[in-house]
Amino acid sequence: MGPAVSLVGLTRDFAELRAVDELTFDVVPGELFGIVGPDGAGKTTTLRMLAGVLRPTAGDALVAGVSIARNPEGVKHHIAYMSQRFGLYTDLTVRENIEFYADLYQIPRRERPPRLERLYAFSGLGPFEDRLAGQLSGGMKQKLGLCAALIHEPDILLLDEPTFGVDPISRRDLWLIIHEMVASGVTVIVSTAYLDEAERCDRVALFHKGRSEVVERPDVLQQRLHDQVLAVRTDQPRRARDLLRKHPAVRQAILFGDVVHVTLAESAADWPPARDHLTAHEIALLEERPIEPSLEDVFIDLVQGQEAGDA
Amino acid sequence: MSAISPLRVRRLLRKELRQMFRDPRMKRIVFIAPVIQLVAFGYAVNTDIRDTKTFVIDHDRSAASRELLEVVEATGYFRIAGRSERPADLVRALDYGKAEVGIEIPAGFSRDLASGRGARLQVILDGTNSNTATVAQGYLTYIVQGFARGRAAAAGALPSGGVDARVRAWYNPDLESRVYNVPGVIGMLILLMSLLLTSMSVVREREMGTLDQLTVSPLSAAELMLGKTLPATLVAFIDLFLVTALAILWFHVPMRGSFLDLLPAALLYILCGLAFGLLISSVSRTQQEAFMTMFLVLLPAIILSGFFYPISSMPEIFQWITVLNPVRHFLEIVRAIFLKGAGIADLWVQYAALTVMATGAMSLAIVRFRRSMAM
Repeated sequence: MGPAVSLVGLTRDFAELRAVDELTFDVVPGELFGIVGPDGAGKTTTLRMLAGVLRPTAGDALVAGVSIARNPEGVKHHIAYMSQRFGLYTDLTVRENIEFYADLYQIPRRERPPRLERLYAFSGLGPFEDRLAGQLSGGMKQKLGLCAALIHEPDILLLDEPTFGVDPISRRDLWLIIHEMVASGVTVIVSTAYLDEAERCDRVALFHKGRSEVVERPDVLQQRLHDQVLAVRTDQPRRARDLLRKHPAVRQAILFGDVVHVTLAESAADWPPARDHLTAHEIALLEERPIEPSLEDVFIDLVQGQEAGDA
Repeated sequence: MSAISPLRVRRLLRKELRQMFRDPRMKRIVFIAPVIQLVAFGYAVNTDIRDTKTFVIDHDRSAASRELLEVVEATGYFRIAGRSERPADLVRALDYGKAEVGIEIPAGFSRDLASGRGARLQVILDGTNSNTATVAQGYLTYIVQGFARGRAAAAGALPSGGVDARVRAWYNPDLESRVYNVPGVIGMLILLMSLLLTSMSVVREREMGTLDQLTVSPLSAAELMLGKTLPATLVAFIDLFLVTALAILWFHVPMRGSFLDLLPAALLYILCGLAFGLLISSVSRTQQEAFMTMFLVLLPAIILSGFFYPISSMPEIFQWITVLNPVRHFLEIVRAIFLKGAGIADLWVQYAALTVMATGAMSLAIVRFRRSMAM
């Protein structure tokens, strides 16, 4: 079996701007694949091209074996695409919304009850089926969007920042649904700006300025970072960060809450002079411990390495 | 993109109608708007004059002058609001708006009349309302001439010289503006409904983000266009029947032609409205934008249609522009069918114009709409 989705030099320009720049990677069937990057990295543009609603400027992608450049309509039956703000008909009920999508995909009447039952089971929307979609909470709306997108049982599910602006509990629920879809054999490509969500994926592509910097398993990605990271707590976190940033032995200093993540090439050799620099400025060190670098550390490191290369 | 599945269109229509009739605003637009427009144009917008306040200075105070004033008042167009001997009072009455028309009958009026030399009287009009002034002038001239003719005939004398113009208004003998305006409301409403419902329902989906989802689904642009334009067509036809029925039964506008001749014209005209609705929806991102664009189209279309202002009195360049205005052609058809009893054969020019415009506008709309759906 070939890849579920295969990108070959996929490129899209908007006037002068290159939004997506020669993406090439494969997504394996049944994989939960994350597209991670900041706003404007080209995540939405990529997903819209894969959904067959945006034409590539150059390159191509095969989605379930169908070329999005040559046969974008042919893609539509294989995929479900849920945009950042899934459009629901607020003046139709939960059930009417789902039924309408079933109508669009011409799902036969007799097949609908079991599918609805299944969708209700994992979304918990059953008791609200006669409620107008406009009267649902934000998280429930998002779940309804997912149900509507899934009624035609697609092979590939494209989710564009599904948890954007959703409360933490609904966010967890949504991820449970996504994992359930993956377990039932659906290939899921999900974009997110949250790195903690990226860690839930089988593999992630780190996007920056329309380019995919690296495609890897999240844990491998973290190991790829050879540098060591120290979490340092001080009484003056902001000043400590600024001082550390200017110190020649420190590669990177990022503030997370009141903790500074200090990236060092070699902590045994580089940390003591940096620490002395802080104490010389009368900053009291409360705690320091080595930590596993998070995806965020990797990401910032990658991006800054690239920017340094650009310059 | 051009495949049309009848079943899918039917389901889309069911959803559209469900949404339309679930929205209380929609019911108001569909059923109350026609009634308000009919009342406004049937009653309020009245270019007729009635009970116009008239101030009289009668220096003659003869049987003849009294008789003339009785005749003037008996028409119902004028009501004598004040009398005086001093011309200054007339000036004050006009200044303060106590009267809109002044009639001054000079001494010797009855003598001149009897002598057959022709009598004179002075009429002063408040020109600030040029419409009332013009109409009042016309009526007064007509009444006075009729009065003079009657007196002359009674005296056995023939009117001396000149052309005796006897004006008769055909098709609308009493020159009631209602008879003229109410059929025009049909033209306004149908345009409004087809334009408004089409553009709003498309742009609303764009605003809510559902349009995005529809483009991802197998729904084709052609199916979507049908789903969006058919409900508007239905409402436009409902309003056509509603307004026609009210015009005939309530306002007693004569229907001398055949309603069946009106239907094809209405269909062509609705197609124009739908096309412009689709065009507006393809360039507007929000309902507000669509609404403003709609008024940019609607206002000139109505002003240059001959609904309020006669086309023949427009500058020539505007007269040419009106040839491209479907509203103008449709109003000509509606009025001719209602008031003159004309049929398709008499109105082939207008039908042909509407056919060309509907075809052209629709083709353009389909191309633009498709382009706006696919990027």
